[in-house]
Amino acid sequence: MKPISSVIGRAYPLGLKNIDTDIIIPAAWLKTISRSGLGKGAFQSLREVSGNVFDDPAYAGAPILIAGDNFGCGSSREHAAWAMADLGISAVIAPSFSDIFSGNAFKNGLLAIVLPQDAIDRLMEVAQTDSIHIDLETQTVTTPFQDRFAFEIDPFRKHCLMNGVDEIGLTLKSSDAISTYETKISAQQPWLTPNIA
Amino acid sequence: MPTPQTLYEKIWNAHVVEQRDDGTCLIFIDRHLVHEVTSPQAFEGLRVAGRRVRRPDLTLAVPDHNLPTTARLDGNGQHVPIADPESAQQLEALERNAPEFGIAYINATDIKQGIVHVVGPEQGFSLPGTTIVCGDSHTACHGGLGALAFGIGTSEVEHVLATQTLQLTRSKSMEVRVEGELGPGVSAKDVVLHITGVLGASGGTGHVIEYTGAVIRALSIEGRLTISNMAIEHGARAGLVAPDDTTFAYLKGRPMAPKGAQWDAAVAYWRSLATDTAAVYDKVVTINAADIAPSVTWGTSPEDVLPITGIVPDPSTFADPSKQEAAKKSLAYMGLTPGTAMTDIEVQNVFIGSCTNSRIEDLRAAAAILKGRKKAANVKWAIVVPGSGLVKHQAEAEGLHRIFIDAGLEWREPGCSACLGMNPDKVPAGERCASTSNRNFVGRQGPGARTHLVSPAMAAAAAVTGKLTDVRELMN
Ligand code: SF4
Repeated sequence: MKPISSVIGRAYPLGLKNIDTDIIIPAAWLKTISRSGLGKGAFQSLREVSGNVFDDPAYAGAPILIAGDNFGCGSSREHAAWAMADLGISAVIAPSFSDIFSGNAFKNGLLAIVLPQDAIDRLMEVAQTDSIHIDLETQTVTTPFQDRFAFEIDPFRKHCLMNGVDEIGLTLKSSDAISTYETKISAQQPWLTPNIA
Repeated sequence: MPTPQTLYEKIWNAHVVEQRDDGTCLIFIDRHLVHEVTSPQAFEGLRVAGRRVRRPDLTLAVPDHNLPTTARLDGNGQHVPIADPESAQQLEALERNAPEFGIAYINATDIKQGIVHVVGPEQGFSLPGTTIVCGDSHTACHGGLGALAFGIGTSEVEHVLATQTLQLTRSKSMEVRVEGELGPGVSAKDVVLHITGVLGASGGTGHVIEYTGAVIRALSIEGRLTISNMAIEHGARAGLVAPDDTTFAYLKGRPMAPKGAQWDAAVAYWRSLATDTAAVYDKVVTINAADIAPSVTWGTSPEDVLPITGIVPDPSTFADPSKQEAAKKSLAYMGLTPGTAMTDIEVQNVFIGSCTNSRIEDLRAAAAILKGRKKAANVKWAIVVPGSGLVKHQAEAEGLHRIFIDAGLEWREPGCSACLGMNPDKVPAGERCASTSNRNFVGRQGPGARTHLVSPAMAAAAAVTGKLTDVRELMN
C-alpha cells in the first residue's frame, strides 16, 4: 500500500446522506475479477443527471469527496472503495460512515474522515471555489480561509496509512499466537472443526 | 464472581487471539463462507503474494450471486452454458480457486448448492458461539443461530484466507427486545422491517444487536435468521439471537454439525453463552409486538417502512431537512405521490426469494396464500426462488411448487436471483416489485427498478391482487 500523509486539492461537494454502495458502484460492475477500471461505473446513477458534480469541469480530478451522514451504507462490496480510488478520490469527508465501508476504505488507503455536520456545511461552501487540505499527521482539515477542523482517527489505522503497512503481513507476524490459539481451542472444543466431506 | 457478560461479549472474548494496546483485537474466525463475487481479487492477492489458505477446513465455497436460476442441466444432463461472459468468468474463477487452495466447493448442480446464508445453517456449518464471516453484508443472518456473523470486504476475505483471523475493534452492544405476541399475518419479516423503521438505517451503527423478548423466543430458526439477516439494514455490525432448545433441535443431525459425545459437549457450551442476567447493554430498545402490522417499504432506504394500512408520506412532514430532501428523491424514483394508500399501489413483479426469505417456512407461508388462487393479470413476472437445492427438494416433496405453478408463478433453481441485479433475474426499469429481499436501494433489483420490501405472505397476496395488499384480507 502507498503511504499517505496528506491530501490537498479540490473536493466534490456532494453533500447527500445515505450514499449507499449501489450508488457508489452499481451491482452490474461487480462482475470483474480484478481491482482496477471501476472508476467508469462510479456514481453512475448520480452522473446520469446533468449538472452533477462529478462531471462539472470545476471539480475534474478532485481527490476529495464531501458527503452527508451514513456514507457507504449497504453492501460489503469493496468495489466501492476500488471504484472511488479509480476515479482518483483519496479521501471522503462525512459526518458518519457505515462500519464496513470505513474498513474497506482504510484497507485501500482511502481516508474516511468524520467531521460534524457544521464543519461539513462549511467545507461544502469552501469546496465551491477553493481547495481543501487534509493532514493526517496533525489530524486536521484546513481551508485557505483559516478554517481548521480536527478529526479523530484510530491510532493503529493512522500508523498503517502513514507507513503503507500491509495488514496481512502484519498479522502473519502473529502466526505463533494464532497457532497457540488453534491448539488450545481444538483441545477445548474439538467439535469446532466441521465435518466437511 | 466473574463480571456479568452479554452473549456478544462472551463470543468476542472466546475468540481473542491477541489484544493490542489500542484495544484492537486479533479475532479468530471459525467459519468462512466464500462465493464468486467478492472472492476473485482475494485469491488473486494470495497468489501474487505466494500465500496459502491457512485453514481450508474452516472454509466453504458455494456460487450463488451470479448464477442464473433457470435450468442448469439440459434434457441430456449436460451443463447449460452461462450466457453472460462476465458471470461465467467469475464462476469459473471460483471453480478454479477452490480446489487450487484446497477449499471444499459445492457446485452449481449439487443439491446442497444455494445462497451462502441458507447453505451455512442448513449444512450445520454455521454453529452457535462461532465467528462467521463472508464477503456479503447479510452474513449477519447466521446470528439467528447465536453466531457472531458479519459481512467483510474483499481485502478482509483475503486476510481471513491467509490468517484465519481479522483485526477488529469491539462494537458496542444493543438489546432490541420485542415483547408480546405477534398478530395474525405478522411474520418475522414484518418484525425486522418494523425494527428498521424504528431504529433508522443507521440506528445500529457501531453496535452488535441482540434480539430478545417473547416474540424472538417464540420464533423458529427460519424466522430468527430472517431477523438477524437484516441487522445490517439498521446499521448494526451483526445481529444475535441467544441459542436455545429451538436452535439445538434445528441443528441436531445436520451434516456438518457435531455428532455423539461431541454434540453433547457442544450443547453444554452453547447453553453457557446466554447473556447473564446482570449484564448491561450499551443501549436497549423495546418494541411492542402489538404495534407491528404486516409491513411494507415505500422509499429507497429500508428505514422507509409503513404498516400496509399506511399512506405514502409527505416529505414536508419530516422534521429533518436532509430527510425531507431524501424522501423527495425517493418518491420521485419510486413514482409515488404523497397521500396514496399503500394498498392502492399496483405491482407488475413479485419476487419470493433471497437469503432473507427463501427457506422452507417462507415458501409454506407464500403457498398458504396462493393455494387455489391465481396471480393477477397485471402481474407480468412472478418468481419463487428457493434458497437452496435442499429447500427446493423439500418444497417439491410437500407439493408447494404445484401451488406456485398453478397460481401462475415461476418455480426456479436456487440462488440470489432478483435480490440484486447481477444475474438475469431483474425487474424492468420503472416497474414495481413486491419483493421478499432485504434492500430497496435505487437500482438494487435492476436499473430503475422500484422495490417494495415485504414478507413472503405479503408478496403472495400482492401476486394475487396485483397491488400491495394487506395479507390479513386473504386469510381465513
Ligand atoms: S440473496 Fe441477496 S443479500 Fe442474500 S447473499 Fe444473495 S445477494 Fe446477498
